Amino acid sequence: MASRVDEISARKGEIMLRALGMDYSEFERTPIAFDYEGMMAAHGYSLDDITRIQTKAGVGNTPLLELRNLTDLVRSMSEPGHGARIFVKDEAANMAGSFKDRRASVSIHVAKKKGYEGVVAATSGNYGAAVSSQAARNNLKCIICQEAFDSRHVGQPEIIEKSRICEAFGAEVIQMTVGPELFFHMLELLDSTGYFAASLYSSFGVSGIETLGAELAREMTALTGAPPTAVVVTHAGGGNTTGTARGLRRAGALDTQIISASVDLSGLHMASDDDFNRKSFTTGHTGFGVPFATWPDRADVPRNAARSLRYMDRYLTVSQGEVFYVTEAMCKLEGLERGPSGNTAMTAAISLAREMPRDATVVVQETEYTGAGKHHWAQLNFARQMGVEVRSGDPAENVPGKSIVIPERPEQIRAKDFDMAKMRRSYVRNALQHAGAGYVPTAGDIEFLAADTNSDAASVEAIVAALKEA
Amino acid sequence: MAEKKSCASGDWVEVEWVLLTPEERAAGLPAETANKPLTVWVKGFAQAEAAVGDELTVETMTGRLVAGRLSDLEPGYFHTFGKPIPELAHVGADLRERLAAYLKAGE
Repeated sequence: MASRVDEISARKGEIMLRALGMDYSEFERTPIAFDYEGMMAAHGYSLDDITRIQTKAGVGNTPLLELRNLTDLVRSMSEPGHGARIFVKDEAANMAGSFKDRRASVSIHVAKKKGYEGVVAATSGNYGAAVSSQAARNNLKCIICQEAFDSRHVGQPEIIEKSRICEAFGAEVIQMTVGPELFFHMLELLDSTGYFAASLYSSFGVSGIETLGAELAREMTALTGAPPTAVVVTHAGGGNTTGTARGLRRAGALDTQIISASVDLSGLHMASDDDFNRKSFTTGHTGFGVPFATWPDRADVPRNAARSLRYMDRYLTVSQGEVFYVTEAMCKLEGLERGPSGNTAMTAAISLAREMPRDATVVVQETEYTGAGKHHWAQLNFARQMGVEVRSGDPAENVPGKSIVIPERPEQIRAKDFDMAKMRRSYVRNALQHAGAGYVPTAGDIEFLAADTNSDAASVEAIVAALKEA
Repeated sequence: MAEKKSCASGDWVEVEWVLLTPEERAAGLPAETANKPLTVWVKGFAQAEAAVGDELTVETMTGRLVAGRLSDLEPGYFHTFGKPIPELAHVGADLRERLAAYLKAGE
């Protein structure tokens, strides 16, 4: 007998077709390739339309702030002539406190327009707050599924805060113990309620982030005379990188470097009941960042609109202790008390700005709200309670799940480059595996894979040949 | 006064239930997850009088009727900021001093 999980999973296609009101099959080309731009354009909204939707929703147009003290701090420890100007887009100023409002506002607009009674989203992060807030404004019912507790019913304080804020906006919050079957329950709920799937990975949501890239390109040009040299993006599922990069391109910022950044949580298993409360970041980490970059179609939609490898020029990792240090530094030097996850890119930007000339500019494209549970003090206190060692020292000595090493000096903040070639190889291997044994990629597939990995046909062919040999 | 142990119909409460037993869980999970049930909690308005641990149906914020065991009465939020972190206590003063020295040298 098939299990409940298998039964509902087998009906995923049918459930999601009704819950998204969009047929993905029309974009499929081969077992590997699909029409990405066709899928992105299918909702029919231009960037201007999306800006109008968001303005009405109370979302976007957040302040772009130059961080002069932080820039001076970076220059104080840089080689002469180095130390780029650092800016931040204060996305915490959005209605529910993060850039996720941009994603949610478009999804909720579509749900409302298509006549759904309510929405369902599976998210333990800021996206839940954003969906709940926008649903409330649009008179839609809202269910948020969260992975909130370990099997002892100990809650990650950041997620408990997210449960609270969703409930504050009137959402029904389903709090669950650790496990990927969260998505199975989401499907059950979509099936029984007939609500809209406000997926993080639909083209609606990802298009909503394009306004962020476009805004910052325009604002930087007005402020400094040119688009930014580099934009640093906190990276998890890939939507933030994808949407921001697409928006920058649409605004004509073709030379801006796109740098993704995640907290290094290597060694921790994302489905482990033991590891769950031994990590101090619930998003913006490599536990999502690497698997989603190397296989985006693991998402809850047939084809993921968030395809970060297409846009990423570099991928930097930082440690938990470095981000907590920078979060504290941002409070003290810039008067900006914001959530630690959103400061992941800020930490990478400090390291990056040291390598760049003084006339270069770096934009950190988001901040997120903070508060009880989310705050860096709350996270560090919780880590100690969970048996993680917290100490001062060289952050290079941190071991995810075992120790958090807080820098003693800002010079110790050093982002590490993740091997992009390795990620591209891994993506191509995953694509071939999913196409099925014996499938021979067509010329169109090679072209698709080259675009999807931000590389070229020759490099993809070399990877395919090497995989065949191995 | 003894702590309240039961709810009246209409009270805001929390129920819990096992969504999947260890046998029903997805394949490929790490052992420490696979051998535990997948448990769920949701809040709603009690549809009857019940004591903690009793079976109870609640009406959730979306109007769904959900059955479980009564797990909490007047469920609140008690997450905090917590104690100051000694390893971060010096950060503000250190960086302020550095910045002052840098700006002074540039004058």
